[in-house]
Amino acid sequence: MKKIVERCYLGIICVFLYAPIFTLMVLSFNESKSMAKWGGFSLRWYQEMFQDEAIREAIWNTLAIALISAVVATLLGTLACIGIQKMKSSSRAVILMLNNIPMVNSDIVTGISLMLIFVAFGISLNRNTVLIAHITFCIPYVVLSVLPKMKQAGKTTYEAALDLGATPIQAFIKVVLPEIRPGIVSGFLMAFTMSVDDFIITHFTRGAGVNTLSTLIYSQVKVGIRPSIYALSTVMFATVLILLIVANFLPGYREKRTKKAGG
Amino acid sequence: MSRKLLAGPYLIWMICCTVVPLGMIVYYGLTDRSGAFTFANLSAITVPAHAKALGLALLLAVISTLICLILAYPLGLILRKTGLGQKGFVVFLFILPMWMNFLLRTMAWQTILEKHGVINGILSFLGLPSLRLINTPAAIVMGMVYDFLPFMVLPVYNVLMKIDNSVVEAARDLGASNRQILFKILIPLSVPGIVSGITMVFIPSLTTFVIPNMLGGGKLLLIGNIIDQEFTVGSNWHLGSGLSLVMMVFILISMLFLAKFDKGGEGNAF
Repeated sequence: MKKIVERCYLGIICVFLYAPIFTLMVLSFNESKSMAKWGGFSLRWYQEMFQDEAIREAIWNTLAIALISAVVATLLGTLACIGIQKMKSSSRAVILMLNNIPMVNSDIVTGISLMLIFVAFGISLNRNTVLIAHITFCIPYVVLSVLPKMKQAGKTTYEAALDLGATPIQAFIKVVLPEIRPGIVSGFLMAFTMSVDDFIITHFTRGAGVNTLSTLIYSQVKVGIRPSIYALSTVMFATVLILLIVANFLPGYREKRTKKAGG
Repeated sequence: MSRKLLAGPYLIWMICCTVVPLGMIVYYGLTDRSGAFTFANLSAITVPAHAKALGLALLLAVISTLICLILAYPLGLILRKTGLGQKGFVVFLFILPMWMNFLLRTMAWQTILEKHGVINGILSFLGLPSLRLINTPAAIVMGMVYDFLPFMVLPVYNVLMKIDNSVVEAARDLGASNRQILFKILIPLSVPGIVSGITMVFIPSLTTFVIPNMLGGGKLLLIGNIIDQEFTVGSNWHLGSGLSLVMMVFILISMLFLAKFDKGGEGNAF
């Protein structure tokens, strides 16, 4: 009996989490424009979505901004970790506090503070200001995922490589980098997803006419939801689902297989 | 060349893009349009409209945080007890919605609750009178709970899964009832996760302006809406900055609360 109650509870939460997403998916195939009536199956909103210039541009902006900011953040963050590793623990603590500022602050505060500084220095808001803002809130995630790996790697192997005649750069690439690579990869992925998902900071730092998917959805919802947005959300959900499945289950699957193969 | 210099670009970037901008908020918040020093932007929070927005934001944030906790804690317990938590897939199921764009998730509720939306469509199909669902505080709480529930599930689940089963077994051997185990063992040991979940739900709920805009019809204003409007429509940046400084006090309080109860960062979701 108790078990049934428990299973029901899990089921109810699941329904609560997925019913809204499922509703969007169903409506995206609805021929009728009404949200309350089913007018038959149709792919017309998907067609409309792919023909919509604004949506195409927003997709392009979102991906380009996410990719560039994740790459820059990963580079700056990883270099910073190498430097931080060398520092005294007191200055390290100060830097970690600095690093926490964008993570702790609510997005609206980060957004308006960046907007104020851009305007104060006479930088007009456009796609580049969005990029700078995204790099800013992405870096801390990279640092937080690389730094622990750096600590694990320790200094001994690096010093051993130097003793054996490697140059510092060789020692870094051949010895340290392979050890911290998982941290770099997860930092990069985290930065990328944070950037794709962001709305609030983009909202305050974008110039007129620059839209990412989030800001496009926001402006469309204000005027009235068009079913092509449902189609868009279905496509986005499917993409996220596939990416997460690949990211989560493939490495584990491979690991298990290699373990089995190894004996 | 010192290796420390490699942190240079990062430091310059972080100082220019986080410390200096925060200083700008303080500067704008404490000056008026002519640049003269003033406390008027801070005391503007006592204007009835602003005070009401802050009060409503605090109230709705507290309610939705509590609902999230009440929903997420039993979920964590069940996942732990049944061993389903060990299965990556089940946990994945409860966290997946977090990766869906949060505007779309909020829009989904708008679609469901709207006057001619899904629920009222079903009601009228059944011949029942339609309900007024959207543009109410309840709709906003609904949106907050839905959007931020994974932020509560994740830390609570993480901390519950870490509790060693032998501790629970020892308590049972010593004659503790299920109730005692829950209140004397599991809940005290999961405090870091609970506190981390509370701040992760409370702060975004307190500061959001998107959810009240989409589910409150733009008529129920929270403090986030007021600040957003000052920056985007009203363009009194001094007032907006002053109000954000007041709002940041509440963020700081909840951060201190987190630091007090989650010293080792055990409850961290990431």
